[in-house]
Amino acid sequence: MSNHAASIEAKNLTKVYSRGIEKIPAVNEVSLQINRGDFISIIGPSGSGKTTLVNLLGCLDNPTSGELSIAGQPIFNSARRLSEKDLTKIRREIFGYIFQNFYLIPTLTVLENVMLPLTFYRKPGLEDEGLKLLKLLGMDHRKDHLPGQISGGEMQRVAIARAMVNRPEILLADEPTGNLDTKRSEEIIEVLQELNRNVRLTIIMVTHNQELAWHASRVFEMRDGRIKEITGQKPGKKPT
Amino acid sequence: MITKFQVAYKNLLRKRIRSLLTLVGIALSAWVLVSLLGFNNGYEHALSKDIDNMGFQLMVMAKGCPYEAATMMLKGGTGLKYIKESMVGEVAKEPEVEKTTPILMGAVFDPNKGESGGISGYFGVEPKTFIQMKTFLKFRQGGWFTDENAYEAVMGYEAAELEQREVGDKILVPDKNVEFKVVGILERTGTQDDGTIFIPLRTAQKMFGKPDEITTIGIKVKQGADTARLEDKLYKLPDVQIVSLAEVKDTIMKLISTAKVMVLSIATIAILIAMVGVINTILMSVHERFQEIGILKTIGAMPWDIFKLIWIETLILCALGGVLGIGLALGLSKVTGLAIRWVLPYAPIGGLILIDTKLVVLTMAVILGIGLVSGLYPAWKAGRIRPLEAIRSNIG
Repeated sequence: MSNHAASIEAKNLTKVYSRGIEKIPAVNEVSLQINRGDFISIIGPSGSGKTTLVNLLGCLDNPTSGELSIAGQPIFNSARRLSEKDLTKIRREIFGYIFQNFYLIPTLTVLENVMLPLTFYRKPGLEDEGLKLLKLLGMDHRKDHLPGQISGGEMQRVAIARAMVNRPEILLADEPTGNLDTKRSEEIIEVLQELNRNVRLTIIMVTHNQELAWHASRVFEMRDGRIKEITGQKPGKKPT
Repeated sequence: MITKFQVAYKNLLRKRIRSLLTLVGIALSAWVLVSLLGFNNGYEHALSKDIDNMGFQLMVMAKGCPYEAATMMLKGGTGLKYIKESMVGEVAKEPEVEKTTPILMGAVFDPNKGESGGISGYFGVEPKTFIQMKTFLKFRQGGWFTDENAYEAVMGYEAAELEQREVGDKILVPDKNVEFKVVGILERTGTQDDGTIFIPLRTAQKMFGKPDEITTIGIKVKQGADTARLEDKLYKLPDVQIVSLAEVKDTIMKLISTAKVMVLSIATIAILIAMVGVINTILMSVHERFQEIGILKTIGAMPWDIFKLIWIETLILCALGGVLGIGLALGLSKVTGLAIRWVLPYAPIGGLILIDTKLVVLTMAVILGIGLVSGLYPAWKAGRIRPLEAIRSNIG
């Protein structure tokens, strides 16, 4: 892996959606730099463009304009747009994703779900990674259960293990606690914090939960497609 | 480590009933296909066997309908016409002829046969010459007649079974008030000989009141001789027709070819329907898994991976269906054979459905080919799902 300090660098990243003749800039000239090992959270009201931004940063979508480089490699600029195939290649090399819905395959066991990415792509030497991750996430006793037999919090842990099985550099989490109660949400955030600390995993998390957002090392707020880093409001001022 | 095959297989288990119904559709069409091809194989084979087992290639008969004559030879029948026995000598003179044998067929109404009585056929044969033609006939019990004027009978396997006779028993010909002693019972041959009662030619002529007359001369043609030329020469004899068994076979095959075409079209339609069923099932399951497939792409699956995954699902369905269908066809070939025998006007005696390895492999190849083709579109469609759309469809 690259030792480049900047994990993600975005310059004037813009994504414009057309609705009829109206052009809506969901992400408007966003520039930011995320360093390796950062735990970033992005908050903002719905429709502020936070999910669109994360999709751009995670190479799930092409921007309308602007520049993006990941681990020092230019991914998008004015001259370069990537095909779906190239996007997939970058995604599986660098990113892991978790979503509000866990999307586990109901007929596969917990362990099989975690190992599923290796069916498509495998970095060398990861044969036991699935079980190791389940242990790390306290889920190894559930490895032979089907997703229908475990709780929502456990399902999200499985989804995290699945996202981590190919040892990504960056984990993208879009509302990872959206379907969980407060206690389970806290637990999931703790898991993410541990991963961030232990394996220097870069994490970008989108959430509408202000309280959880402050568990991250840096907090950004999005409003009308523009981004602003919030500083100096660290814990202690948790809204209740 | 979990393989694509396992993933695909487990996907099919999600909607068990739907997968099962699709599977049954494929199995049924495979069954129809393999049975029909087996019938094509078997019918011709059985017919050839029937005809080869006659032991001769040409028959001289009194003028009449050639089909009737042929059917009579194959099935026995009534309304017979006769030729002079002296003709045998004239026929034997021809250089192409290797052997001849005179036959007198006769039918007797037996009121005790079946529920309302039935026809029993008797074959008057000349032991000396007839045996030479049918060297393959083997005895289960006893042997041929002791004398050419004896009141003795040799029974085919099924005839003996039906009448429940053993060597030493008597058979009464009710209409004629004549009694025969059973001296031999033949082994099963799988031909019409199984149902025949053979008696000495002289005795038959006496019983039917036809001295010096016969119904048929069987001719064995010399190896490599010009059969067509021989036929031409034989037609110069008065009031006869020559029936070539090769022609009979061709004629019968032609008669059933129309039925074959129809039946093959039905098989083709069955397969097309199964194919549409497969496409529909797989498309539906791709549609249902839209988001999931999108997520598979975020965890590293390339379009080709997804394509393969869906394609494997189709292939599993088709392979299982094919195996099941072929199994059904093999297991039920006797029943299918009976059903066909019931429908067809004339069916030879041997097994009508002949399913060999070549046929099984061919059918499997056809079914798998169908799987490959019907999987193409759903797999291609699934491969094109973009992860972002899948995720958005959830948010929106």
